[in-house]
Amino acid sequence: MIVGEQKPLAEIKGMLEDYRKVLVLGCGTCVTVCFAGGTKEVGILASSLRMATQLDGNAKEMDEETVQRQCEWEYIDPLEERLGDYDAILSLGCGIGVQALVERFPKMRVLPGLNTTFLGLPSEQGVWEERCQACGECILHLTAGICPIARCSKQLLNGPCGGSQDGKCEIDPELACVWQLIYERMSEFGMLDKLMEILPPKDWSTSRDGGPRRIVREDLRLPEDYQEGESSP
Amino acid sequence: MTDTSTNGYKSGSNLERVLAAGHFAVTGELGPPKSHDAEVVRRKAEFLKGLVDAVNLTDNQTAIVRLSSIAAGVILIQEGLEPVVQMTCRDRNRLAIQSDLLGAAALGVKNILCLSGDHQSFGNHPTAKNVHDVDSMQLIQMLKDLRDESKFQCGEEVEGDSGPCFFIGAAANPFGDPFEFRPFRLGKKIAAGVDFIQTQLIYDIPRFKEYMKRVVDMGLHEKAHILGGVGPLKSSGMARYMRDQVPGMIVADEYVDRMTAAVAGIPKEEKKARREAWRAQGIKICIEQIQEIREIEGVAGVHIMAIEWEEAVKPIVEGAGLLPRPRVDGE
Repeated sequence: MIVGEQKPLAEIKGMLEDYRKVLVLGCGTCVTVCFAGGTKEVGILASSLRMATQLDGNAKEMDEETVQRQCEWEYIDPLEERLGDYDAILSLGCGIGVQALVERFPKMRVLPGLNTTFLGLPSEQGVWEERCQACGECILHLTAGICPIARCSKQLLNGPCGGSQDGKCEIDPELACVWQLIYERMSEFGMLDKLMEILPPKDWSTSRDGGPRRIVREDLRLPEDYQEGESSP
Repeated sequence: MTDTSTNGYKSGSNLERVLAAGHFAVTGELGPPKSHDAEVVRRKAEFLKGLVDAVNLTDNQTAIVRLSSIAAGVILIQEGLEPVVQMTCRDRNRLAIQSDLLGAAALGVKNILCLSGDHQSFGNHPTAKNVHDVDSMQLIQMLKDLRDESKFQCGEEVEGDSGPCFFIGAAANPFGDPFEFRPFRLGKKIAAGVDFIQTQLIYDIPRFKEYMKRVVDMGLHEKAHILGGVGPLKSSGMARYMRDQVPGMIVADEYVDRMTAAVAGIPKEEKKARREAWRAQGIKICIEQIQEIREIEGVAGVHIMAIEWEEAVKPIVEGAGLLPRPRVDGE
């Protein structure tokens, strides 16, 4: 899932300085699951902002709403008729949600209430960890199903580096050395000979380095003369 | 174009010739300054002149911005010393690396040490973006392809008669984990094309011996020259810090104890006396280590890292009986 984290209240307050009536808009998918931007967090943040702005003598009106998914038109289109009332939307969606709102409602001011942090999972309750960098060319079959692109601090393809000690990464004693994990798993499966193969320089063109990415599936596109209400081809 | 004839050698560097002739090699290290002051490089070089076969120039060591390793290397050449230019994968992508390698070769650099690089979070620009387009293993391959195939990483040919001819070095940490994999990782670097290895600082000789035994059993010492990394301890505090705080490093308690004992009976206020006692002990330990490491099968030399204490190199190499340095003709 996409993992996000709420921005500090002071930063959010600063963003809202010029707006009086704000819609705090949550998203019911990834950021709900990671307790950053669902209905509950929308409620808490909206109350905090109401109180904080009132204490400042500059009370703002904060309405609350959560849509199922901020990143799909069908879930955000119904908001349109209500938006005239607001000076801004404070989105608790990920960066994709914020931009979907901007694209759909170009006249609205949309502000990010979250920092979108990574693609990951909850490794235990209250702890989320990065697992994927969306590099566009998966190599998990070469590294025993553990990703060094997302999880090695130096993105080594032929690790571990000299800083691996007691299974930990040199940059953070809380962080597992992913090459230690890869080594152990390959060792367990009797695949250490594979670890002796030198992985060549990665093709980063499928990653963000190749420019913003886009996928076109002609088999799924609707014909140009397609009319709403017709069944899809 | 630079004369690239190497007379049967891979690079013709002094370090390569010394090692090829079977001498026990000695390399030193010089940390370029946090300024553009060439005099600092010259002054430090003076402490190493005639004492070592080549001198490593660190590349933004510990991720702190310093005068470039290539530029410092060229200053060393002007001073009559031979550089080993360190190159990390942290700060440059494959275009910048290859361009800098061509530049280094054009300016007379013959030895390159390939490194991943310390993570930027340790340095003075912790908010920087890192690169790691290639890793140290792939960097070794890149240098080898440039030299032996005259090809860039993309497969295109280098213009002219040949690619840049470097003596290719890399680091190895016998003390990192997983310990059992470390000799294999060295084997991987050799398969990638490395000619010489400088190890991480050794402060645990039994463990290094165990590592070297495995390396020799695998025959790796015959495929690349392995230089053991040593460095004089400056104080008991430094020894303790390296033992307890530096990831990937093992310091035997014996050294911490000996450094502590060195100042026994000297009051804390007598800073100068303590400093001198520590330094004398640090140099003494380093000399003993070199003598011990020299006896280990498969070790082809030592790499002395006395960063910010270049003056220590002279008493160390003298004390270890490594002078005068050999002169091997044939360039």
